Amino acid sequence: MPVRYPGFDTLALHAGQPPDPTTGSRAVPIYATASYVFDDSDHAAALFNMERSGHVYSRISNPTVAVFEERMAALEKGVGAIATASGQAALHLAIVTLMGAGAHIVASRSLYGGSHNLLGYTLARFGIDTTFIDPRDLDSWKRSIRPNTRLLFGETLGNPGLDVLDIPAVADIAHDHGLPLLVDSTFTTPYLMTPFDHGADLVYHSATKFIGGHGVAIGGVLIDGGTFDWMASGRFPTLTEPYAGFHGMNFADESTVAPFLLRARREGLRDFGACMSPHTAFFLLQGLETLPLRMQRHVDNARKVVEFLSSHAAVESVAYPGLPSHPDHALAQRLLPRGCGAVFSFNMKGSRAAGRTFVESLQVFSHLANVGDAKSLVIHPASTTHFRVPDEQLEAAGITQGTIRLSVGLEDPADLIDDLAQALKRAQKVG
Amino acid sequence: MDLTTSPRLYAYTGGKAFDAAKPTVVFLHGAQHDHSVWILQSRYLAHHGYGVLALDLPGHMRSDGPPPGTIEEMADRVAEALRSAGVGRFVVVGQSMGSLIALELAKRMPESTRGVALVATAFPMRVAEPLLNATRDAPDDAMDMINVWSHSPSIAGFDRKPSNPGPGFSNMWQNLRLMQRIQRRNGATVLPTDFVACSRYAAGLETAAALQCPVLFVLGNSDSMTPPRAAKALVDACRQPQIVTLPHAGHALMSEDPDGVRKAIAEFARRVFATTS
Repeated sequence: MPVRYPGFDTLALHAGQPPDPTTGSRAVPIYATASYVFDDSDHAAALFNMERSGHVYSRISNPTVAVFEERMAALEKGVGAIATASGQAALHLAIVTLMGAGAHIVASRSLYGGSHNLLGYTLARFGIDTTFIDPRDLDSWKRSIRPNTRLLFGETLGNPGLDVLDIPAVADIAHDHGLPLLVDSTFTTPYLMTPFDHGADLVYHSATKFIGGHGVAIGGVLIDGGTFDWMASGRFPTLTEPYAGFHGMNFADESTVAPFLLRARREGLRDFGACMSPHTAFFLLQGLETLPLRMQRHVDNARKVVEFLSSHAAVESVAYPGLPSHPDHALAQRLLPRGCGAVFSFNMKGSRAAGRTFVESLQVFSHLANVGDAKSLVIHPASTTHFRVPDEQLEAAGITQGTIRLSVGLEDPADLIDDLAQALKRAQKVG
Repeated sequence: MDLTTSPRLYAYTGGKAFDAAKPTVVFLHGAQHDHSVWILQSRYLAHHGYGVLALDLPGHMRSDGPPPGTIEEMADRVAEALRSAGVGRFVVVGQSMGSLIALELAKRMPESTRGVALVATAFPMRVAEPLLNATRDAPDDAMDMINVWSHSPSIAGFDRKPSNPGPGFSNMWQNLRLMQRIQRRNGATVLPTDFVACSRYAAGLETAAALQCPVLFVLGNSDSMTPPRAAKALVDACRQPQIVTLPHAGHALMSEDPDGVRKAIAEFARRVFATTS
């Protein structure tokens, strides 16, 4: 008696939005409003007190944003989602919902530079410390857990060396210690991997990247798998004890599987206020509708570009888990059977000047600080995204002065390869 | 709050301290569920003049003990719990398996029962043999079946508005995660035990016929687990049936139409407590 949930492609188009009941609008309307008229005083009080579902003020929730949230939750198989002003805001929201000063995080050292900044410098100023570790060293995850640790954190594909996070193994370590695992799934999207299926408990994306795919809007989204038992853990009083900031509400009493989201919205969005605008949600939804089509093309193009670079005389190495030479190749085949994404790094032979010439010679690839755009992108991490990271940590993360990061877009792959070939030729002349 | 019975039972009180002096509304969940399926309805009533006890049935989530093997035993445990809490007059609201327990509870406490609300009910409530077997042999498959069949067909299970308990939530995946959580916390025997209890319950019609209080039926037009036609025998057996049919809700109608269920229960409670002392 088999049953089937609607498929990924269908959910990407429909989840979270029936046709608008008032106008019949098939497209998601942009509800550009700060607030919502109450039916009467009782309705107002019931909405404020979480006795009824609905919208009060667009910092807390908005109908357009809710479509995006519910669609992302559907695709990730999460109990719900909260859209945020950026991916960084999503990471911040996850952390501050779970812990305060005196807490500790164990994080992969292979992180986006912005995440490294937040954990390594900014949150430390607020009393939350982070130990950065080699994500491939499972013993290091275990060894670094302290009594005050509240979270393990990594990226599905590490930045920039594409270390594949062994989510099942790291999740087991986290759960053995009564801790949740948060993963940044920006590089993989739910099309390539649904981390909850492998044991992760919380997932977030910079939706600016592949989720939107067009590079026109900054946004983030935090999704709760509903899998972590906060009460059994006993380490998360923000979720399992009365909260004076909401009439003594105990979020775990209200919802067995989603207390995290209740607190994150009722406190985190309310007080920190890093919400998503309905216009941004609309933009991101336009991209999300075609996510499966785009991601497949991204991956197909990336494979061709990787193949070209791997055999080019001017290229020293290519870090792509789809290659048998990558240390995580076997793990990638297990966790990422559809492909390893379209963002990867390679090291050029020659001087830093050669690298500069290469980047500046590209015509189709755009030189900018972003990834996951429909258009192909290039950047030099050591001087841009990771310029604040100390040299020894850069080296540990696999970044050298010759490292170039590409985000392979949706162009004709032959044009991408031609562009790379002519830029490499110019760079070789510099030596 | 914990109810001082043996085994100990947990009851969510709607975000307010329980006051037995107020008219009480008792919520009983269905198979492999817990109190949280009633989050909006129970919270609303607790803040509108009622004492609320939304129980975790024995052996479910926070309540101790093994899950009882029959509807009658479950009703015995619930009755003991209500007496221990000093509950006087009450309306009992049960969904699916909980609706059968509600009938039996009313039979056990006729002087206190002012009304019975049967949400997504049927009699007989026989669980199809392949599904029953799957609960024992392939519980993950069984939970997927229950989840899909509990919601409106096709994409409607993923686009219902308003989402429950608020914007940004997925009704479909919350329901699956709740069932999985109970399996992990309470063991793999809960679901087959609950389903066998539903299947074997035989006293529905005579119990319904003996009820002296008003009975509300809240049914979902898209319910494929307990379609409205499956409640007809019970409706016919009741002396004072009232029926509210929610046009776009499936078996999980508390999450698919939280306002419709809330309104139906709130209006019913208001009416029956107004007309009885």
